[in-house]
Amino acid sequence: MPENLFKINSKEYILPGSRACQGCGLSLFYRYALKALRENTIVTLPACCLCVLQGLYPSTPVMMPALNNSFASTAASASGLVAGLRALNRADTTVVAIAGDGATFDMGIQALSGAAERGTDFIYVCYDNEGYMNTGTQRSSATPMGALTTTTPILTKQQPKKDFLKIMEAHNIAYLATASPSYPLDLYDKFVKAKKIRGTRYMHIHVPCPPGWAYPPKDTVKMGRLAVETGLFPLFEMENGKFRFTGRSKTQAERGNRLPVINYLEKQGRFRKMDAEQQRQMQAMVDAKWEEYRRKLED
Amino acid sequence: MEKRDENISAMCKPSIGEAGRTGDWRTVRPVIDPARCIPAVKKKSACFLCWLYCPEGVVKATIPVEIDMDYCKGCGICAEECPAKAIQMVREDQPDE
Amino acid sequence: MSKVRIMTGNSAAAAAVMLCDVQVVAAYPITPQSQLAEMMSQYIESGELKAEYVRVEGEHTALTVCISASTVGARVFTATSANGLLYMHEQLHWAAGARLPIVMCCVNRGVGAPWTIFNDQQDSLAQRDTGWIQLYCRNNQEIHDTILQAYRIAESVYVPVMVCYDGFVLSHTMMPVEMAEQEAVREYLPPYRPHTILTPEDPRCLNPVLFPNRRADSEGVLRDGYMEMRYKLEAALEDALEAITDASDAFAKRFGRNHGGLVWDYRTEDAELLLVAMGSLASEATLAADALRERGIRAGVTGVRAFRPFPKEAVRKSLSRAKAVIVFEKSISYGNEGALCTEIKGALFGTESRPAIYNYIAGLGGRDVKSRELEAAAAECWTDLEAGRREKKTTWLNCITG
Repeated sequence: MPENLFKINSKEYILPGSRACQGCGLSLFYRYALKALRENTIVTLPACCLCVLQGLYPSTPVMMPALNNSFASTAASASGLVAGLRALNRADTTVVAIAGDGATFDMGIQALSGAAERGTDFIYVCYDNEGYMNTGTQRSSATPMGALTTTTPILTKQQPKKDFLKIMEAHNIAYLATASPSYPLDLYDKFVKAKKIRGTRYMHIHVPCPPGWAYPPKDTVKMGRLAVETGLFPLFEMENGKFRFTGRSKTQAERGNRLPVINYLEKQGRFRKMDAEQQRQMQAMVDAKWEEYRRKLED
Repeated sequence: MEKRDENISAMCKPSIGEAGRTGDWRTVRPVIDPARCIPAVKKKSACFLCWLYCPEGVVKATIPVEIDMDYCKGCGICAEECPAKAIQMVREDQPDE
Repeated sequence: MSKVRIMTGNSAAAAAVMLCDVQVVAAYPITPQSQLAEMMSQYIESGELKAEYVRVEGEHTALTVCISASTVGARVFTATSANGLLYMHEQLHWAAGARLPIVMCCVNRGVGAPWTIFNDQQDSLAQRDTGWIQLYCRNNQEIHDTILQAYRIAESVYVPVMVCYDGFVLSHTMMPVEMAEQEAVREYLPPYRPHTILTPEDPRCLNPVLFPNRRADSEGVLRDGYMEMRYKLEAALEDALEAITDASDAFAKRFGRNHGGLVWDYRTEDAELLLVAMGSLASEATLAADALRERGIRAGVTGVRAFRPFPKEAVRKSLSRAKAVIVFEKSISYGNEGALCTEIKGALFGTESRPAIYNYIAGLGGRDVKSRELEAAAAECWTDLEAGRREKKTTWLNCITG
C-alpha cells in the first residue's frame, strides 16, 4: 500500500463484512468521513441505515466509539455528549451526530434546530438518501418531487424536496457544507476542515441508495456524480455565512455547463412515473436555485 | 483504567465479518486483468480508483491490486469506475477467463 | 450548627441537587416544576454550582441530553411534570434500558386532556412500567434528603431514579428544611463510576440492535439476546429494594433523619384499619388515623415511599394484621382501579392475610383532600366491613359520579 495514497489518512475504520447493502452510498461516505475525523471522535446516531451498518450486538464493524439513541434524538444526544465532555474536561473530543434525512428533516428537526440555536459545538451530518430507506423506502420530506416510494406508490411524491440547507442557513451556524461520496476527496477535505472549526457545523451528504432509488449497485458513484453534474446536488460550503462552490460545482458555475436534469432522472426506477410537467418543474427548480447561488456569490 | 462490568448494558466490540462472510452475498465477482490495470502495467503507484470507490474498503492498493474475496459483496462499482476497463464482473458460477 | 431554613419543595430539591456535585443539568420549564429549573440555572450561572446547563427546547431532549451525558461519565439531573414527563416517555424506557443512573424530580401534576396545572400523581404512576425506581416524598425535608439518597441508589444498581413530590402542595409550600452539610454529602456519595465505555481509547458501539436470541461474539462467546438484557434491568430493580433500604439506613446514620426506606409505618403495630397512600396524601392520612383512634377505631397509615420496585415484603409486613385496608390514591389506571390498590392486592395474594381492601380515588387535578374526608371515608369502610360488605366499587372521593 503506497504511503499517503491520495494524500489522505490511509487507515480504514470500517472493518470488512458490514451489514450495508451492496454498493451502499452511505458506506462509501462513512468510510471517508471517519478517515477525516480520525481517532478523537465520538459518533452518535439514531435508528436508521447507519444503525444497521454499525452492526448487531455483540459486534460492530466500526472502530470508532458510537452511541445509539432513539429516532428523534440525534442532535439532542450530541448536545448531551458535548455537555458531558465539557463537564469532564474532555472538550477536545469531537462529537459527530450522523443521521439520515428522516431523522434530520422530519422527526429530528426540533432537536437539531435547538442544538444549532444554542450554538452547540458539534458536527451534525445528514446523510441524505432521500427517503426512509431503513424501513423500506417510505417517503420523507427529503424525497424529490416525482419519486415513487412505498408511501407514494402510485401518485409519486407531490411536494418538492424540503429546502433543508436554507433552514440550516437561517440558524447562522459556523459552517455548512454539502458533499458526495462520488467526490470522496472533496468530502474528506470538508470533514478535515469541519473538525477544526468551533461551533455548530452542518454537513449534508447526498447518498445514492441502489434499492431505494431503483438502479443497479454498480452505478452508485455514477449516480452521485450525475446529481452534481446536473446541478441537482451542488457541492458548496458556507463559512460564517460566506458561500462558495467547491470541486465540480465550482467548475460548472464558472463554465455554465450543467447537464440537463433528465440525464439523472432517466437512470433511476423511482422516477419512472414522473410526468413531463414534473420533469420540467424539477429543471426549473434547479435553474432557479443556481440563480440564487449566483447572487450569493456576488454578495 | 478501572475494571468495569461490561455486561450491564449492550456495548459492541469491533470485529471483522459482523454480518458474516459477506462474500457469500455475491452473484458476480470482480476479476482484474493485470495487462490492463494501470498500476500493474506501470509497475508503480497510480490510479487506484478501485481502492478509492470501494464502499467496503476491501480493495488493497497493492501492485497488482488485490480484493478480499471473503468480504467483497460484488457490487461492481470498481469495475464500473475503472478507467482502463481492467475489471470484469464475472458470474460466480463461471471461471475467471 | 443546624441549617434549618423555611423553603418550598422546589427550593429544597434545588439545594439538594447542588450538594450532589451534579455536572450536567438539562430541564425544560413546566408548571409546577419551573422554579426548580430556574434555581438550577441561577446556581450554575452564578458559579455556585460548577456544571453545564443545557437550555433544551423540550422535555424529550432534556432527558436525551441526560442520557448521553451520563453515558460519557457525567452526573446528571433533570426535572419535569405531567405532560413534560409524558413527552419524554420514550426516553424513560431508553434511560432504564441503557442502565443509566439518572436522577429526575417529577413534580406531580395531572395530565391533559383536559388541562390541569394542579397536583395529582397520574403522571408518574403512568410511567411505572418503564423500569425507573420511583420514590414518593411526603414533605420538603424528605424531598431534600431523598434526592441525596437517589444518586447513591441509582449509582449502585445502575437504574434511573424518579423522585416524586406533589405539585403546589409541596413544590410551592414552605416548610422547614434542614440542609445537609456539603462534606457529609460528599462522603455519603462516592463519585459516579460509569459502567459505560464511550471513549476513543476503546471504541464500542452502545445500545445497538439486539437479536431475539443470544449471539456469539468474534471469540465465539455467546452474548445476551434482548431478553437477557431486559432481564438484567428487572434483576437490578429487585436489587434496588436492598439498595433503597441501605441508602436510607446509611443516611439516617450520617444525617440523623430517617424517612422509612421502602415503606414507613404510622401507628401500624396494633392497627385493625390501615390507610395506604403515597406522598403528601399519606401525610394527611396520619391526621385521619389519629382522628379515627379518637373514635375508637385502631387506625394506622402504611406510607408507600418506594412504588417501584414494589416493596412486596415490606407491604405484607405492614398490612398483615389489618382487617380493613383503604387505599387512597391520586391517580387511576383507567379501565381497572388505582394502580397502588392493584399492587397492594397483588402483594397480599398467596399470603394468609385477607383484609377487606377498599379503593378511593382522590384529589385528581388538584382537588384538595382534607384529613376529615379521609377519616370519614375510612370510617364508612369500617362500617361496611362490620356489615359484611367486604368489597365495593372504587369510590371517587368528593367527586360527582353520576
